[in-house]
Amino acid sequence: MENNEKKSKIDTIIAGVGGLGNILAAKIVSHAFAAAGYDVKQSEVHGMAQRGGAVSSHVRAGARVHSPLISLGGADFILSLEKMEALRYLEYASSRTVAIIGDLRIDPPSVASGSEEYPDDAAERAGRVAGEVVEVAACRIAREIGSERVFNSVLLGALAARVPVPLSAWEGTYAGLMSGAALETNLAAFRAGFDNQRFRATGCR
Amino acid sequence: MKKVLLTGNEAVARGAWEAGVEFAAAYPGTPSTEITETIAQYQEVKAEWAPNEKVALESAIGAALGGVRALACMKHVGLNVAADPFCTLSYVGVNAGIVLLCADDPSMHSSQNEQDNRFYARMAKVPMIEPSDSGEAYGFVKLAFRLSERFHTPVLLRVTTRVCHTRGLVKTGKRVETGRKKFDKRRHLHVMAPDVARERHRLLARRMERLMEYSETTPLNRIERGASAMGIIASGVAYHYAREVLPGASFLRLGFTHPLPERLVGRFARSVGEVVIVEELEPYLEDAVRAMGVKARGKSLLPRTGELTPDVVREALSRGRRRRARGAAAKLPARPPNMCPGCPHRAFFAAAKPLKPVVFGDIGCYTLAYQPPLNMLDVNICMGASIGMSFGFSKAGGGNADCLGVIGDSTLLHSGLAGVMEMAYNRGVNTLAILDNGTTAMTGGQDHPGTGRTLKGETAPAVDIEGVCRALGVKRVFTVNPFDVMETRRVLRRELKAREASVIVSRAPCPLMTGERAGAMSVDAGLCTDCGACVRINCPAIGRSGGKVSINESLCIGCSVCSQVCGAGAISRTSDRKNSGKV
Repeated sequence: MENNEKKSKIDTIIAGVGGLGNILAAKIVSHAFAAAGYDVKQSEVHGMAQRGGAVSSHVRAGARVHSPLISLGGADFILSLEKMEALRYLEYASSRTVAIIGDLRIDPPSVASGSEEYPDDAAERAGRVAGEVVEVAACRIAREIGSERVFNSVLLGALAARVPVPLSAWEGTYAGLMSGAALETNLAAFRAGFDNQRFRATGCR
Repeated sequence: MKKVLLTGNEAVARGAWEAGVEFAAAYPGTPSTEITETIAQYQEVKAEWAPNEKVALESAIGAALGGVRALACMKHVGLNVAADPFCTLSYVGVNAGIVLLCADDPSMHSSQNEQDNRFYARMAKVPMIEPSDSGEAYGFVKLAFRLSERFHTPVLLRVTTRVCHTRGLVKTGKRVETGRKKFDKRRHLHVMAPDVARERHRLLARRMERLMEYSETTPLNRIERGASAMGIIASGVAYHYAREVLPGASFLRLGFTHPLPERLVGRFARSVGEVVIVEELEPYLEDAVRAMGVKARGKSLLPRTGELTPDVVREALSRGRRRRARGAAAKLPARPPNMCPGCPHRAFFAAAKPLKPVVFGDIGCYTLAYQPPLNMLDVNICMGASIGMSFGFSKAGGGNADCLGVIGDSTLLHSGLAGVMEMAYNRGVNTLAILDNGTTAMTGGQDHPGTGRTLKGETAPAVDIEGVCRALGVKRVFTVNPFDVMETRRVLRRELKAREASVIVSRAPCPLMTGERAGAMSVDAGLCTDCGACVRINCPAIGRSGGKVSINESLCIGCSVCSQVCGAGAISRTSDRKNSGKV
């Protein structure tokens, strides 16, 4: 990576549902950016705000980051661990936003009770605002690897294919946060997500 | 010096450890919990979960008087509980340093109010330090201990959710042992009886004058010059929002926020065209700055409720010019927080719902039962309040017995036992359900005096909850397994009608702690009448597919509550149905 490229700001929103591993995913992204030499701030949600509710983490990387929160319209990436959750953060999107959307669906209570419909057109609606929408069959790919639980790593791999952070920074981060079989499966999922996107990505931004 | 990525909470723990802290006590409370969990990993620190914040602070005071640096951590409302010792501690002073960390929660991400604890510093006459990010949190806590000993005062380290739960890069160092200071046993020095306290209060007033001088010169309060005529006074994370939105402004960045530096504020105000104060919640800085005779604006531009964001600050300071977001937030089904699949609290509320009692709730995961479609809480205020409130309500109702208090095990031991005494001693007729899941679940599963384990992982005596209630005078004490919904309902119905105070201990462990799962449940579409009984227990594993109720078998842990409330017998364990050939 060239130095001047490193200095540019990259803002990522990770959207999910409490309990899906949103915090760990955000931690991995922020550590990878830090390992690649960026200043990083990452804001996350704990406690009651986490229990199965809609949650989001903001990861900001740049030469010098002040606010831990991203401004409206300021997201470079929206990474959605659940299919419809990306839509909750479209205020943060603009024509330069890439929305990466997974295939896990979790029905909110109003959908379960039948009073509201689950939005089946998440990708299409995201595409009306975001410059690019990338759908990743993360759960399917993770199942093929042997554990659906590592679907987050597939999505992180898809993100990694589009940000100027060397693979070694991601892999070092994984190795620092987990070990043994968990590390192996997650890295396999990560690489699968990376390979899935590498050929489609429009190039490093 | 190594640069590491730490949350504000981890940075406080790291800084305190490096400062030589040997004792840390807390009661878990979002957003402060991970400080004590982190510092407990250092073997030099005696770290503990106290039963509540008052005891945590009192233990820390004892440790500091005993000669070692001590840290007490709590969320903002925890300081209400600890306010009694806190407001007199400043009179007593310290031996080794003592720092009280309180974590405010603007926007109430996980709290019942958004009180602004900066006023506690003024009320208790205690110096206050406010870091704006992880790097400052790490450095400021070290300084706080030095100041505590230099000025012989407790120090309030005030943080907010966005400082606690934001990761940032921190340059860490080494731990420095500070040694044990000898306790000064001179007569009356630490005994706050009126004659002593009067003298100590005069000393305290003089200490505040010295601290005011310190505030003028401390590097924590500094001016950052910009090119424009705009002068911003800000502290905490609000500084970073303002700095991002107005990179060209001049800043008076305040890290030491009580007492405030009057001369520095005056100097700054004279050097800029206009002064705007950017702070979250109450006009704490603004009122003080205006009382200094400085013309400044703040809350006439910025909201007094909720946390700030870069967009809120931008809109306020650019006179309505909001950055246009292209995508309005899409209209989406709401996704509020909920109790987990297999939660024993849901099982209890499923049992209680048809009885329609007036329910006084408390603080914990079970608070979430207030939401539709469960709608099971009628009143909820603060830790421990369910008991006194349900007692008073039934008393006022001339003995209205259908009144239920609901409290968790950790919350009961935090501040509920005095309430149990109230209902026994003053002859209540209310019923108290103690939902004992064997952990402090909402904050992530911390131990407490009822779990038989300490923060350091050692075994400890476990409080016998039924035994305590009996010892406090309650005659009718019963234990149920909430996953037996019908039996729980039967006992609850009987006790709600009893004209005597009663306690029902509803005991089943939090499945997040045990990790245990039984086989998942599923719906037999042929038998399902779509009556909605299972949907009304609000389990995240119950959804719809193809217009029919269905159970997400990867979320379901097989607690079977849905099958017990199903009148059509349409829900059963998938493995059982397969075995009986019905699939």
